[in-house]
Amino acid sequence: MVAELDRRAAVAALLRQPGDLLVVSGLGSPSYDVHAQGDRDENYYLWGAMGSAALVGLGLAQARPDRTILVVTGDGEQLMGLGGLATIAIARPANLNIVVIDNGHFGETGMQTSHTGLGLQLERVAEACGFAECGRAARPEDVEKIRAGLRRKVGGPRLHVIQVKAENLPRSLPPRDAVHVKNRMRQHLGLQVG
Amino acid sequence: MRREVAAISFYRSGMSLSQITMENPAESGPEPWPAMLHKLLRDAGITNVAYVPDAGHARLIELVRDDPGMQANVLTTEEEGVAIAAGAWLGGMRSILLMQSSGVGNCINMLSLPVIGRFPLLMLVTMRGEWAEFNPWQVPMGAATEASLQAIGVRTFRADTSDALLETVAAATIEAFDGDQQIAILMGQRMLGIKKW
Repeated sequence: MVAELDRRAAVAALLRQPGDLLVVSGLGSPSYDVHAQGDRDENYYLWGAMGSAALVGLGLAQARPDRTILVVTGDGEQLMGLGGLATIAIARPANLNIVVIDNGHFGETGMQTSHTGLGLQLERVAEACGFAECGRAARPEDVEKIRAGLRRKVGGPRLHVIQVKAENLPRSLPPRDAVHVKNRMRQHLGLQVG
Repeated sequence: MRREVAAISFYRSGMSLSQITMENPAESGPEPWPAMLHKLLRDAGITNVAYVPDAGHARLIELVRDDPGMQANVLTTEEEGVAIAAGAWLGGMRSILLMQSSGVGNCINMLSLPVIGRFPLLMLVTMRGEWAEFNPWQVPMGAATEASLQAIGVRTFRADTSDALLETVAAATIEAFDGDQQIAILMGQRMLGIKKW
């Protein structure tokens, strides 16, 4: 039995030396985890639109094939967008990484057990859809492998699940102004704002 | 033949009014508006099109898929396209969304994203359940489409002729992509013709 990973430490390891990564975070704890590693213009935090994170990542990946995109989301959020995994697999963006921080629970709403907590494996769903690379990380060295491989092209999208402890950590709240966060990412990319 | 029977037989023929009023219908090609719409979208800088198919969008989808300058995303459900359009805009790409009216119901919560983030959104919605509809299951969502969109904060425009459609799309691309508006264009079922069955 491996010791369970702490989600904040796992996301910190994933975002070590982020360089020019463009990051999209799913609502709830993944947005807090990403924000806790330092607010960046290159981050887009979602506070709602559950099920959208990976698909916002797809749009961004198609718009900017020159950049590496990382979506950090939770098991509940990705479960709501299961069909989106099929859409992403068919679109086949080679610069899109999806990392699901999987605590097996709906952490924001009272820690009810989620489908993944009852046995569903999202990396196998992604594999069946046709993702180019899928995996499950349960140890720090597995997370480091994901980080090291983010920019490696494997001919299509990747989805990795990082298995973490179910716990509610102190919240690190990103800005809730969706227009502001949009504009600063666009500004960072040299696009017209306003 | 009683008048009602004549009307039903006209509707079931799958012909639009413009086809039957042409002098020589055998020589008429396919409707020209999908090709004009495709060109209009290209000229407006739209390079990404997400869709759930509908018979009314079929020709446009073919044109988009055959266009090397456009990326086409086939969706499993319509709200995926709302999220893709937001992500594309973050990266500087113009994306639009094609669906039929039944798909609008699937999109409602996802529309929070473009509404609260003022992301440009342009949805081309083919209406069902409003004109010579053979399938009563299309009626409830068809009747709720416009009110649902307006309730979540998306502006709606109707287009009931192909000329109005082209004009409205041209205006809406400017409002959406230069003015950060969220817009749905409802394409009347009467214009699209009767579904062959």
